[in-house]
Amino acid sequence: MTPILEAANLRVTFGTGVAAVRGISLGVARGETHCLVGESGCGKSVTALAIMGLLARTAQRSSDVLRFDDYDLMRMSEREMSRVRGDKLAMIFQEPMTSLNPAYTIGSQMAEVLERHRRVSRAAALDRAAELLARVGITAPGMRLKQYPHQLSGGLRQRVMISMALMCEPELLIADEPTTALDVTVQAQILRLLQSLQRELGLALLLITHDLGIVARMADRVSVMYAGEIVESAPTAALFSAPSHPYTRGLLRCIPVPGSVRRDEPLGSIPGVVPRIAPGFVGCAFRDRCDHAIPDCARVVPRKSAAPGHDYLCRLDAA
Amino acid sequence: MRHVVTAFGGCIILIVLLAAIFAPLVAPHDPFAQDLMQRMIPPEWMDGGSPAHPFGTDQLGRDYLSRLLFGARISMAIGIFTVITSGFIGITLGVLGGYFGGRVDDVVMFMITCRLSIPLILVALTVVALVGSSLTVVILTLGLLLWERFAVVSRTTTMQVRNLDYIAAARAAGASRLHIMLREVLPNIVSPLIVVATLEMALAILLEAALSFLGLGVPPPLPSWGLMIAEGKDYMFFSPWVIMIPGIALFVLVLGINLLGDGLRDSLHAGRA
Amino acid sequence: MTCVVELRDVRREFRAPQRVVHAVDGVSFTLAEGDVLGIVGESGCGKSTLARVILGLIPPTGGEVLVDGRSLASMDRRERARLIQPVFQDPFSSLNPRHRVRDIVRLPLAAQGDIPAAKQRDRVMQMLERVGISAEMAERRPAQLSGGQRQRVAIARALVLHPRIVVCDEPTSALDVSVQAQILNLLAELRRDLGLTYLFISHNLAVVEHIATDVAVMYLGRFVEQAPVDALFRDPRHPYTRALLASVLTPEPELGIPDVGLGESYPDPANIPPGCRFHPRCPMAEERCGREAPDGIVRHGRLVECLLA
Repeated sequence: MTPILEAANLRVTFGTGVAAVRGISLGVARGETHCLVGESGCGKSVTALAIMGLLARTAQRSSDVLRFDDYDLMRMSEREMSRVRGDKLAMIFQEPMTSLNPAYTIGSQMAEVLERHRRVSRAAALDRAAELLARVGITAPGMRLKQYPHQLSGGLRQRVMISMALMCEPELLIADEPTTALDVTVQAQILRLLQSLQRELGLALLLITHDLGIVARMADRVSVMYAGEIVESAPTAALFSAPSHPYTRGLLRCIPVPGSVRRDEPLGSIPGVVPRIAPGFVGCAFRDRCDHAIPDCARVVPRKSAAPGHDYLCRLDAA
Repeated sequence: MRHVVTAFGGCIILIVLLAAIFAPLVAPHDPFAQDLMQRMIPPEWMDGGSPAHPFGTDQLGRDYLSRLLFGARISMAIGIFTVITSGFIGITLGVLGGYFGGRVDDVVMFMITCRLSIPLILVALTVVALVGSSLTVVILTLGLLLWERFAVVSRTTTMQVRNLDYIAAARAAGASRLHIMLREVLPNIVSPLIVVATLEMALAILLEAALSFLGLGVPPPLPSWGLMIAEGKDYMFFSPWVIMIPGIALFVLVLGINLLGDGLRDSLHAGRA
Repeated sequence: MTCVVELRDVRREFRAPQRVVHAVDGVSFTLAEGDVLGIVGESGCGKSTLARVILGLIPPTGGEVLVDGRSLASMDRRERARLIQPVFQDPFSSLNPRHRVRDIVRLPLAAQGDIPAAKQRDRVMQMLERVGISAEMAERRPAQLSGGQRQRVAIARALVLHPRIVVCDEPTSALDVSVQAQILNLLAELRRDLGLTYLFISHNLAVVEHIATDVAVMYLGRFVEQAPVDALFRDPRHPYTRALLASVLTPEPELGIPDVGLGESYPDPANIPPGCRFHPRCPMAEERCGREAPDGIVRHGRLVECLLA
């Protein structure tokens, strides 16, 4: 089974001279949840935008392979991309308030998606929209369709975003921090929803987040991103039981777990800040913050394998 | 390209300013000296012109170049002092209304609405009828009337800034309201106000020209460019330079101010983003 | 045991055309010196409004706030500033972008009006050093600092007057995970070294568990549960507290996403339900929960506003 999304050596550099994405490779299998995790500035959102072809014109994107289903995303024109986006390839963003147009009703925004891609009547599109709103757990969908975004709470808006993304039965859904702006109780509901939709529709999910808790509970595979590179990639259980890259280990130490918090010890942290990388940078981007750095870390870093399907970008051996 | 255009605008203003400041040194003649034997001489580059009067003379034989240079003083004085007056009034009102909200803001909005309902020409007429016309009167009239854009922009930006955490932190730190308005709010709303200032300056200069043209502004024999146009309109067809020269001067000055204002706005925006 | 902060039935309403928002709807508690009260809750619970009332930035519409036994409303701005200071959530908007770091930290000292300039300078530099900001960075403007560094500056500003109480409103929520811990460790250290009392507001339960001595769970303007930290986390009594704790996704891969059972309706402070304010979403709600309000019920020395607890 070929992966539904495949990227090899994807690079994005901005006109300002910042190398946001520096040669990442990842694959998402059909029906799989793949989490791309990292902190702010690591390039994960830029990666999503690069895949969707939504980068600004001043950004330079290159890739050896960038394939979605049968489409070669690098070669497609804006027009061809707009036919695929919203149809088989959908995306939801972090802030549902700014993703929904405040001037139009929910119904008209959702119907528009179907009308554009499938040429159905407005009535048919609204029926499908109501069906999907019900599917995502919204009661009285007929009434909701007539409402405007500002009349809905954050959790409801995000559910609307999800159902809008599902209007044309996509095969891959890219979700960029879909629950970061939501309360934790609402987050649990939305994530459960995504999981059940996935199982029901065979939907592949590329979930971008900074929250390792979400990663642990949702993902089949994880790619950890730092300063534009994927520093570790593994099946979820393996990543949490045998983290190999110093950054991954550091991140895991930083997370306090309620119920097992030791008040007498300070919380784990990683000293320093995420660097901005200019093109032409060589070596490990994490070296200034790493306890185990050696002079050789300033040279090109090899990608090692800790186990089948589990690789990481570091000079050291996983202890 | 943007920078070139902005710099060009800045240069124009600088030249006019220098002309205004150094007019007594640079002008070839006394702008008020009449010589009816030398009236209506065309500019140097036209037939009948002479190098003694590079821009020709007007209907009373006064040297046009000299009048133009001294007229620059009037235009710049109007521009600068009106903006200072209207800026002070408008910014004070806008910041007070935006910061305090509630009744204070209601009063400020009412004042702005009243101001917008006042027809400028009528006021100018009344003032001139009561007090007579002079440069000071024009500056005061325009300064006391042209503040609404300052007020509106200050008010909106103050309202945006007021809800930011650093204002809350300043209040928690025990700072007085005056300190907060002057030192915390004002520095953060200055950029759009600079742009408003350039727009108002251009507007004031054009308004003075219009008022003077109508006889409600600066009194003769002062060499206001607007007045020069008014006085020259009878000779428009046979001696067009009499109105064209001050007309072009006005156009160039206002263009320069607008170009500089545009450029400032763009560069301040870019600096923020 | 000196009681540093006391709130007595504090209320705060906001009136809009046709709506009254009851942001804070009767909160009472006492804080002893050196305590850290963690306040957890989700959007619409009123915790930020409560923070601003305690800071004296907005007056309560009911009840009173007492600091060291004296009413906050009776203090002038300078006295209040000497007692309570804030650390806000957003390090990007809590520092004036036009001022240099040293001037930002100097503001509370300058506002007192009676501290000589040289002394102000010394105290600023001392405090900046204590929070890990170099003298060189003190000359910069906020835009040139990272989020974590800005938050350190905010902390320095809050502490430069040596206040008794620091109100931290989500101080680490806007920071990356690896930096959050740095800031939390700093806050914990400073509390020990300077004998501070904290009011620590957060939606992140694990962070609260780490730093708090007591925890209050806020819902639609009231504390629905309050207990010492260990007791709350080990034995949560209120259904909402249990739902909150269950929703936290710990990095344990085998567990999947929990079904918290709360239903779709969301809390609206302009429409507080009758009876128990949580009953529309409560998985255990009985018929009487819609009629009787469980206000101020204390059981076994803990506050649990639930008829069924």
